[in-house]
Parts: sequence; structure tokens; C-alpha cells
Amino acid sequence: MKTKDLAYIALFAAIVAVLGLLPPVPVPGIPVPITAQTLGVMLAGSVLGARRGGLALLAFLAVVAVGLPVLSGGRGGLGVFVGPSAGYLYSWPIAAFVIGLLTQLFWRRYNLAWALVANLIGGLLVIYAIGIPFTSLYADIPLWTSFTGAFAFIPGDVVKAVAASLVAVAVHKAYPVIDLPTRRATAG
Amino acid sequence: MQSLYVPGTTHVHRAPAGVKLAVLALLGLALFATARLVVVAAAFVLVLAAGLLWARLPRRALLSQVRPVWIWLVALFGFHLLVTGPLVGAVAVLRLLTLVIAAAVVTATTRVTALVAVIEWLTSPLRVFGVRPGRIGLVIAMTLRFIPLVADRAARIREAQAARGADRVRPAMVVPLLVQVLRMATTVGEALDARGAGDVTARRPGRRAAVDSVRTT
Repeated sequence: MKTKDLAYIALFAAIVAVLGLLPPVPVPGIPVPITAQTLGVMLAGSVLGARRGGLALLAFLAVVAVGLPVLSGGRGGLGVFVGPSAGYLYSWPIAAFVIGLLTQLFWRRYNLAWALVANLIGGLLVIYAIGIPFTSLYADIPLWTSFTGAFAFIPGDVVKAVAASLVAVAVHKAYPVIDLPTRRATAG
Repeated sequence: MQSLYVPGTTHVHRAPAGVKLAVLALLGLALFATARLVVVAAAFVLVLAAGLLWARLPRRALLSQVRPVWIWLVALFGFHLLVTGPLVGAVAVLRLLTLVIAAAVVTATTRVTALVAVIEWLTSPLRVFGVRPGRIGLVIAMTLRFIPLVADRAARIREAQAARGADRVRPAMVVPLLVQVLRMATTVGEALDARGAGDVTARRPGRRAAVDSVRTT
């Protein structure tokens, strides 16, 4: 991994942090607000690819753990890693990695449709598949209740996936950072 | 969001960063382990005293950290008022406020380089897996530096678009911002390579110099 890659990782960790500075939208009855930060998760995977995207989110979590209140709503510190919604936090690096993996897979024919597939699978499926059971186990509530609680976020997350895909496709054209296929071809 | 460090020479400033972070972590765990208002209120007063009197921080250093949480605190209290009751709400709000202020005290009294050194120390056992702690420290130092930078660029692009009559944020506005900051990150990476950050971090002696060149304090 080159120093440039480290800079990209740090950049997307910072982007997720800045997205957290936007005021969150609280949903009545659910202790987790709708935030723009998963948008950053999707962008990190879509723009940087699997390894760097996942590491960017790990770097972000490290910055949160150090005590900087960069999680949406000004949360931060080690307390957020032990709450009932911590599963969602833990899912972010994995989600970014999965999105990056799919993006690399689709890279040669990357367009809005493929970007959407990657972001919906990684940004919704993966995050919910980790976050929902975690909350259910942690708070000792039935899986179904935890699932219906998360239901309120799905429309917002779909909107974010569409937005992230639009941006990712444009960045893919304007300033592509993933360059595995061509590099590998010339090196081989 | 500028550099949050407030220079000083108090005991809090001079305490080792590792100790401060350990105290912060323990405080977080303790606050979530208790639901008693008296305990949380006592912790709140102690943390506030540590920040304002012991570390002699200006009030705005702490207030600036509390302000973004404000809406969230009100919403949290409102939620508890409706669902569980005012006492639980007060505990939840005070707990969050205490943690945010405690984190602000640590951040304001600790140089970023010192915080990064702690993370490097914590990740040094990972060396067995081929992880280089120096590079982790470098990434975190760069992240801390990039946060105000990205926020600033975002504000500038929003203003520029607003001046042209755009009233809402649309995906099309985010693209120039991303391209701009990606280009900047590329430059930073190349600049670090030119200064030898690429190999020096791998060996050892000049490692600190690489981190210092991007420090924010």
C-alpha cells in the first residue's frame, strides 16, 4: 500500500466524520437517528474499493474511539461502542469492504445500475444483517421487533444509496481512484 | 471545526495522553453502567470542574463541542419524556453531556501527536500480522487534519452553488467537492513520499518526523 493510498483512506475517514457534523433527523420511537454518515460508508467503498474503503471506516472508528465527537449528533468516545446500536457501527467497515468488492467486480461496466446494486447490497443488506441481530441480542428483544424498528430507516437508506450511486458514477468518470484492472494488465 | 487543542501547562495538559484516554474510556463505561441520577450528576460536575478549573480551559472550548449535540439532547429528552419518564431522560441527557465534555477536555488538553502515539502503541502488537503502527498513526493524523479541511471545502462549494441560485444539496454538487479533495489527497500522498514517509515509516528512526509533518496542533 502506497502513501497515496493512506491519504485516500484518511480522506474518506474525514468525509464520514464531516457527514456526521450535519444535524441528524431523529425518528420518533427509535433511539437511532437518520444520519448522512452511511452515505460516507457507501462512497468510501464505491470510490476507494474494498481494502481502502474498509480501512477508511476503521480509521474513522479509531478517531471516534479516541474521543472525538464526530459520530452524528456529536457522539463519540468509547461509550458508543457498547450501546445497543453499536452493531451498526461495527458493520460500517464490513459494509464499505463489501461495496468496494462489488464495485471492483463491476468496474469495467460500472454505471448507475451496477453502482446501485453494490450500494444496496453493501449499504443496506450488510448493515442491517449485522445491526439488527446485534440490537436484538444486546437489548434482549425479539429479532422481529428489532427488524420492524429498523424498518423506518429503509426509505432513507434507499435514497442515500441512490445519491451515493449517482456521485460514485460521476467520480468514476471524473477521477477514478480504483485502477486494478489496467494496472494488473500492464504489470502482468 | 478547527484544531481543538488549547495550549496550556496545567496538570491536565501535562498528564500522559494514555492516562487521559484510559480515564475517558473508564468514565464512558462507568456512566453506562449506572442509571442513578446522583452518580451521573456528580460525574458531570467533576468533569466540568476538571475542564474549567483544573485545566483552565476557556468556556467556548467546551461549548463548541456541546453545541452540535444540543438538538440531539433535546430530542433524546423529549423521547424519554414520552416513553419512559423524566428521570430516565435526565440521566440519558446528562450522561451524554458528561461524555461529550470529558472528550472535549481530553481533546483540548492533548496534542494530536500524543493521541496518535497512544494509538500506535495500542496497535503495536499487530506487528506480528504485518501491520505497521507508524502508518496507522500517519493515517489517523491525516484524518484529523482532513476533517476541518473537508468541512471548509464543503462549505465553500455550498456557498458557491448558493450564489448561483441553487437552494438544495444535490448529488451533482458533491462531485466537484469529491474530485477536489481526492486531488488534494493525491498531492498529500505524493508530498509525503517525496519526503521519504513511504520507506522511513517501514524502518524506524525518522518515523516521528513523518507524523509531525501533518500534525494539526
